[in-house]
Amino acid sequence: MAKKKTSARPKKAVVRKKKVATKKVAVKKAKTVAKSKPKAVAKKKGAAKSKAVAKKRVVTRSAAPEVIGAGQTPRVITRGGAAAVQTKSGFPFNAEQIPNGVKEAAFLHSYRKSAWNQFEKLPLPSTNDEAWRRTDIRQLKRGSLQIVDGLAKAARDKLPSIPARLLKPLVGKGHGGQIVFGPGKTSVQLSKAIAKQGVVFTDFATAAAKHPELLKKVLGKVVKPDEGKFAAMAGALAGRGVLLYVPKGVQVDEPLHSLLWGPGAGLAYFSHVLVWVEDGASVTYVHESASPTIGEQSMHAGIVELHVGSRANLRFVELQSWGEHMWNFTHERARVKKDGNLDWIFGALGSHLTKNFSEINLEGEGSVGRMSGFYFTDGNQHLDHDTQQNHLAPHTSSDLLFKGALEEQSRSVWQGMIYVAPGAQRTDGYQANRNLVLSKQARADSIPGLEIQADDVRCTHGATVGKIDPDEYFYLLSRGIPPVEARRLIVKGFFDPIMERIPFEGVRQRFQQAIVQKMK
Amino acid sequence: MSQLDIRDLRVTVAGNEILKGLNLTIEQGKVHALMGPNGSGKSTLAYTLMGHPNYEVTGGEVWFKGQNILELEPDQRSHLGIFLAFQYPVAIPGVSVANFLRTALNSHRKAKNPEDKGMPIPEFRTLMKEKMDLLKMDHSFAGRYLNDGFSGGEKKRAEILQMAALDPEFAVLDETDSGLDIDALRNVAEGVQALRGPNFGALVITHYQRLLNYINPDVVHVMFDGRIVETGGPELALKLEAQGYDWVREAHQLVTSGQ
Repeated sequence: MAKKKTSARPKKAVVRKKKVATKKVAVKKAKTVAKSKPKAVAKKKGAAKSKAVAKKRVVTRSAAPEVIGAGQTPRVITRGGAAAVQTKSGFPFNAEQIPNGVKEAAFLHSYRKSAWNQFEKLPLPSTNDEAWRRTDIRQLKRGSLQIVDGLAKAARDKLPSIPARLLKPLVGKGHGGQIVFGPGKTSVQLSKAIAKQGVVFTDFATAAAKHPELLKKVLGKVVKPDEGKFAAMAGALAGRGVLLYVPKGVQVDEPLHSLLWGPGAGLAYFSHVLVWVEDGASVTYVHESASPTIGEQSMHAGIVELHVGSRANLRFVELQSWGEHMWNFTHERARVKKDGNLDWIFGALGSHLTKNFSEINLEGEGSVGRMSGFYFTDGNQHLDHDTQQNHLAPHTSSDLLFKGALEEQSRSVWQGMIYVAPGAQRTDGYQANRNLVLSKQARADSIPGLEIQADDVRCTHGATVGKIDPDEYFYLLSRGIPPVEARRLIVKGFFDPIMERIPFEGVRQRFQQAIVQKMK
Repeated sequence: MSQLDIRDLRVTVAGNEILKGLNLTIEQGKVHALMGPNGSGKSTLAYTLMGHPNYEVTGGEVWFKGQNILELEPDQRSHLGIFLAFQYPVAIPGVSVANFLRTALNSHRKAKNPEDKGMPIPEFRTLMKEKMDLLKMDHSFAGRYLNDGFSGGEKKRAEILQMAALDPEFAVLDETDSGLDIDALRNVAEGVQALRGPNFGALVITHYQRLLNYINPDVVHVMFDGRIVETGGPELALKLEAQGYDWVREAHQLVTSGQ
């Protein structure tokens, strides 16, 4: 294993609790959680030793167990309690820029208006906010950003066009449908067979015109614009939106694909992805964000809302290959109903800086959520993945594995939380984050967390930060494998467990290519 | 001429001199056994020949095919035809035996010809199967992560499999027999015997005669305190088996202390 035996020890904490219920009051629950976020930072310094800190945190608060029944909304703790409100956020956007193409879709406009109000009200996150402690966005030149849709057509036409390789299927042999957001225009395709099944897979403008009632039903139900400055910004300004709706019981055989292409400097892109899989339905959907790297900053803010109905199946693959000038902010959440199944895959290779909130709410009994993430950073990239697995009903299970490698001066942050609500008995939660630090200057922070309020659960977590084992390296060299190849092979081996969780050859190949490119 | 010629080799590990002016010549196509008590420097010699960074060469030369290999990187030594079967093979999780071997083979091809596009997969498969059959290995072995969770015997077999696939001109086998049961020992020895020929020389490091029963060495050396102190034919190994190392110690400790 590409980890220092002596140092990168995987730490595991298995929490099994039985009947611990006492009468402790849980009044200040959420607050306490936000503040007591552990500072277990596994930091790489120096060549000689690899330091691995995998601090576990088990917050145990025993309240009288309350079983969550139908119709009850369980309380979800969220992180990032806002600090002092800043009056000026410095973004040069105004309410006139709220997209308003389809006049009849009044609900959409009012959603955006209200998101805009939130955007104006909410403070810009700062490192005083718990969730943003390790991700500093002060260097984002907010004042010089321009919304891409505001560009003159001539300027938009000059932006780099989409490379054909990004339009190739990543999953299976072909696409059942594809939505491509270019700088100036959006193209939508959906196979007749799938359309006939009643599946809607289209952009927001078309959805608002042709399926307003559907859009209204699903918009803003899983992620709220008031969850943060960037969520509000995306909610208000997202000109690029996807609606994927799969009706009850429908099995979509061919995967669907969308590409958000965001080239250019000094530009702001906003996106909003809505996926609604009704009871008993199933679909595979791949969404990619990409752009070529250029010198100046650009930004993207996005919302992803996923609804997985009862006994439904969603396999959602997200690939983030933004250019390394991009500042990328996303708020993503999935909710999974009774016996539903979500398989959520994240691949992050690009952007200058990313702050990604992704969350699974296991709302229905027997629901299952799996999150698999891989990231590989180089240069001065900074990727921050903030994950949350919320067990809000009994018999739910979640399984998270994020693996990352870091080259040069790059940095990664993963902070994850498993939350088990009162009464969510017999849940099984797992989270693991493994990092392979390939340079003396790179640094990985890995912060697992548990917050358990039920007394019959099984939660396991582990976090490691390690470096290439010199004995493994020598072994490969001794077989004639040259240094660069040897390191690549070790890195590929390190990622293999996560690749095994991704049954898509195209996605795996893309990642293998990235390893080769990043490890020159 | 692929004779291996070690001249006055001095090696230090963590500040301690382990090899103290070692001289040894292994002629092309000959198999030499190297024996000696624990701590005499046998493994140090093995690692040094392969270029492990923890072994600091403070003096001497090792000539092979017209080059002083001490000036080469480990991968270059491998390209030159040198192979080390590790005493403790390292696990490489996530990398299958097949993937690893293909990468290694292609690296060798590329070193010979930078334009090489790599061995075609069908050809590679045939080669793998052939070598695995030679070592009586199950073909499923190819899909397992290299040395990860392997038993002691499997690890040693995997070493010999790699050796067979890479087809070196000179191999060092560092206690390849340790931890093997009789059947595994026979398999491994047969694997080595199959490679034997005018273009394959080897230095077989072992403590026991039983491996040498299968691999009849041309020459036997005894190492003591960082030097070769006795050289003879197969009968020397038999003498050690019967009498142990005390007579060696007695004969050479005097020399050492007399210095």
